[in-house]
Amino acid sequence: MILEKVILAAITNSVNKVPVGGNVFVCDSKEEMDKVAAELEAILDGIAHKLSNDVYIIVKH
Amino acid sequence: MNEFTIPIVFSVVIGTLSRIYMFRTDYRQYPTYPHGMIIHLALGFIAAALGALVVPSIMSEEFTAVTFLTLAASQFREVRNMERKTLTEMDTLELVPRGASYIEGIAVTFEGRNYLVIFISFVTSLAYLSLNIWASLVAAVLSFLVAKKYMTGSKLGKIATIEHSELSFEGAGLYVDNIYIMNIGIPERQEEILNHGLGFVISPKNFDARMTIGNLGQRQAILHDLAISLGVYRDSGTPALVPLIKRDLDDGRIGVFILPQNKNVDLAKKIISQVPTLENAIRMPTETKEKGSDQS
Repeated sequence: MILEKVILAAITNSVNKVPVGGNVFVCDSKEEMDKVAAELEAILDGIAHKLSNDVYIIVKH
Repeated sequence: MNEFTIPIVFSVVIGTLSRIYMFRTDYRQYPTYPHGMIIHLALGFIAAALGALVVPSIMSEEFTAVTFLTLAASQFREVRNMERKTLTEMDTLELVPRGASYIEGIAVTFEGRNYLVIFISFVTSLAYLSLNIWASLVAAVLSFLVAKKYMTGSKLGKIATIEHSELSFEGAGLYVDNIYIMNIGIPERQEEILNHGLGFVISPKNFDARMTIGNLGQRQAILHDLAISLGVYRDSGTPALVPLIKRDLDDGRIGVFILPQNKNVDLAKKIISQVPTLENAIRMPTETKEKGSDQS
C-alpha cells in the first residue's frame, strides 16, 4: 500500500494542541521534540514539518 | 551482383555510420549499456537498408515494394515503446527520477533517429543512382548536416535566464529568493540544507517560456540533469533532502532547490542552461489567434 500526504505522527510538548487519536508523541522539552522528530523522520521515511513552536507533524509525501 | 549492389551497399554503410554518429553518450548516461547499443545499431542498419532500397525498387518498376516502408514505421514505433518501458522501469530506482516527459522525449528521439537514417540512406542512394558516387558523397554530407540540425533541440538557456540565489528560512519555511519551497521542521535538517543546498531562480524571457518552464515534466528534467551532473546529497528514506522546484504564481519564475555533492555555482548555472527544452513541455499561448475562440 502506498500512502501519500498522510500525517503519520505528531510530536508535541503541549498536549492540548494535537488531535486525540493519532500517533501523538508527547515530549517534555523542545530539544526532546527535535530528537524524536528526527528519529521518526528517519524511521517513517517522512518529512518533519513544523506547524507551530509546539507541534511537529511527520508527513509522508 | 547487379547494377544496384554497390549503390545499395554504399548507402547502407553511410546510413549505419550516421546512426553510429548519433550515439552520443553524454551526461545523461544513456545509452551506456553495450547490449542496448547493439540493439540500436542493428535497428539503424535495418533502417539504412530500407532507405537504400527505395530508389532501386522504383527504378526496377517494383512500385509495390515501397510498401515495406510502412513496415518500417511500425517496427520503429516499437523502438519507442521499448525505450519508454526500459527507462520507466529504471526511473523508479533513480534518486532523482527523470520524469515521464523526459523519458517520452528520449524515446521519441530514438524513434526519430531511425527515420533520419532512412532519409540519409535514401538521399545517398538516389544521388548515387541518378548521378555518381561523388554526388552521393556530397548528398550524404548534406543530408547528414540536415539531420544534425534536427537532432539537437532547443536549450533552456535560450528561453530563460538563470540566477543564483541564497536559500533562507523564515520560521520553518524554506525559501529561494521569495519563492516558498517547503516546510522543514527540525533545526538540524535546516542547518544541513543551508550548508549543502544551492538555490537558483529561473526567470522566463517571455510569456511562452513562462508556460514551458512551469511544466512539471520540464521541472523534473532540470532536477534530474542537475543531480546527474553535480551528484546529489541524499539517500533513500530522506525525503526532506529531495530537490524541488516551485513556482512563483505572480510572474512565472521558478525557484530551484537542490543539494548537490559538488557545490559549484557556475557549473550548475551552465547545466541548467543546457537542459533540453522538452518537446512536450513547449507551449505557445501567444500564438493563439484572436478569432480562435469564435471558431471553436
